[in-house]
Amino acid sequence: MTLTEKIKDPEKEKRKIKSDKKMRDLMTAYYIEAKTPKEQTGKKIAWITSGGPVEPLQVMDIIPVYPENYGAMIGASKMGVELCEKAEQMGYSSDLCSYARADIACATVNGGPIGGLPEPDMLICCNNICGTVLKWYEVQARYYKVPLFILDTPICHTEYNPDMKRYVTTQIQEYIDFLEKICGKRFDYDRMTEVGKLSIQGQRLWQEILDTTMNRPAPMTCFDAFFHLAMIVTLRGTKTAVDFYESLLAEMKERIAQGIGMLPQEKYRLVWDNLPVWYRLRWLSNKFASHSACLVADTYTSGWCSSMQYLDENDFLGSLAEMYTRIFLNTGTDIMADNIVKMVEKYEADGVVFHSNRSCKPYSLGQYDIQRIIQEKIGIPTLMIEADMSDERNFSESQIETRIDAFIEMLK
Amino acid sequence: MITAGIDVGSISAKAAIIKDNELLGACVILTGYNSRNAGRQVFDQILLEVNLDASQIDKIIATGYGRNSIEFADKAVTEITCHAAGANFLNPEIRSIIDIGGQDSKAIVINEKGKVQDFSMNDKCAAGTGRFLEVMARALEVDLDAFGELSLQADNVASISSLCTVFAESEVISLIAKGEKRENIIAGIHASIGSRVMAMGKRIGITSPVMMTGGVAKNIGVVKALEEKFNTPIIVSAHAQVNGAIGAALIASTL
Repeated sequence: MTLTEKIKDPEKEKRKIKSDKKMRDLMTAYYIEAKTPKEQTGKKIAWITSGGPVEPLQVMDIIPVYPENYGAMIGASKMGVELCEKAEQMGYSSDLCSYARADIACATVNGGPIGGLPEPDMLICCNNICGTVLKWYEVQARYYKVPLFILDTPICHTEYNPDMKRYVTTQIQEYIDFLEKICGKRFDYDRMTEVGKLSIQGQRLWQEILDTTMNRPAPMTCFDAFFHLAMIVTLRGTKTAVDFYESLLAEMKERIAQGIGMLPQEKYRLVWDNLPVWYRLRWLSNKFASHSACLVADTYTSGWCSSMQYLDENDFLGSLAEMYTRIFLNTGTDIMADNIVKMVEKYEADGVVFHSNRSCKPYSLGQYDIQRIIQEKIGIPTLMIEADMSDERNFSESQIETRIDAFIEMLK
Repeated sequence: MITAGIDVGSISAKAAIIKDNELLGACVILTGYNSRNAGRQVFDQILLEVNLDASQIDKIIATGYGRNSIEFADKAVTEITCHAAGANFLNPEIRSIIDIGGQDSKAIVINEKGKVQDFSMNDKCAAGTGRFLEVMARALEVDLDAFGELSLQADNVASISSLCTVFAESEVISLIAKGEKRENIIAGIHASIGSRVMAMGKRIGITSPVMMTGGVAKNIGVVKALEEKFNTPIIVSAHAQVNGAIGAALIASTL
């Protein structure tokens, strides 16, 4: 062994998820293809919101690119503040979502992670995740001078009714017309069935992976889910995602069989609500681990499989409207609270950690009510921390540290 | 058994010594710029005051924002847990605590054993804290210690609506320019703190009896404003400012 070689801690090595590297390689390959000149790939690029129906794009051989996934990369690589400041100089308010600010600013500079996103040929915006995306995508449509398709999904406070179904289904047809026109070719409905099956398979596998944390000790934490999530978001409806998740699931099952947990010691099991704090993932993960607290589940990563029950494998396109309209962020506070209560019970959690995210208003708005509902229904402790997913200026370390430490002291 | 609690806050550092469940003494110094030094200094001072040597102290717990920088402590515990233990020691009937320190304000609900049931803290903002009062005292050219008594002489509570310390300061300056009485402005400042803290307290369901702790508890005007907002009497111990250090020393005795 040479001196420069690092001596690896075998305990730590054992806990590492081996699929991490594969995931990184696959995501790199995905971005390399997306960034390859169009003359070589012959494929068009669509920018799409994280909750948008991506499957029809796969059918049309369009490469979907996610500004929100990119926003997470910006956050994780700590470029958020610089880009947000740039957007503020351009005249955007600091109260605007940090993903929107970072993406809008990044389009105008020569830089950002992976040197910026490939330029879009079209924009697909579905407002099932928030209202900000409407204006954000309008700004980008003007900037890149490309067509924008808006899929408007009414909020399902408690119910999904036939009027909503008619309203959204009509738009799904318009969406397909839009794609046919841009690509100058017919939509292949048989291929839609195939892609649909892969999408459902991918979502099912993702849910199974998340469910492996029902085991004690949990073979992974939500911090691992935050990382492995990128695949179901960006490559939903592809065989790549299905194959990868099959191997990840196998690894998780193997860890369970061998009794390998992500934490050396698992004393407390917690549920996380809201987006990750991308620029502080390691700090938060270490902080909770130092208290032997394992974040076993979260409302965020499960968002990409939580409404798959509305999908019909035999009528994928017909069921698409319902599935995309009923995603958890497009529901009311009661349903969101109910979802967390069920999660606490399913994963046998001892408490819930809420990230009040300055950027994400629809996600954060009902949190105090949800806290109260949890208190009333199951009476377990909850913690609120105030931060932002990508804008580090909204993170106060000592404040958050005191809250987490005190919360754990309360659990003891 | 003799134990010590060291509470290093953003403005002041406090220390307390407990012997067999009895308070031997407590003291306060300014934290200054080096929290590590402040912890050492306040510990040396309390030892001097109670006439003990460091070797006679069995266990030490550090708390407050500087808790992790106190290397001679056996353990660090958050001020939330320490204030709960301290309040329970001073008065076992207490079920809720309002702690307003230099840089944050907290509402804490505790049980009969002094264990934290729930808590809420101000967000990343100085409004409603000791620092906020310091800024206002400077703007009004009044000694902070006189704030409490002056506010009780108000004949009309001025309205301060801004949630931001900097903006509230400019509101205060414009009130001065309009010729508003100093007493009324100070009462308005206290009322605005009361409103902020009430929102935090209500959120976690504060129940009586309520004790106020932290340095700001020395300000009778804030206490009165809180009593009015919460519509309940608020108990203030003579040891309010050192309550966190007392709690830390008590927890140290269980190590």
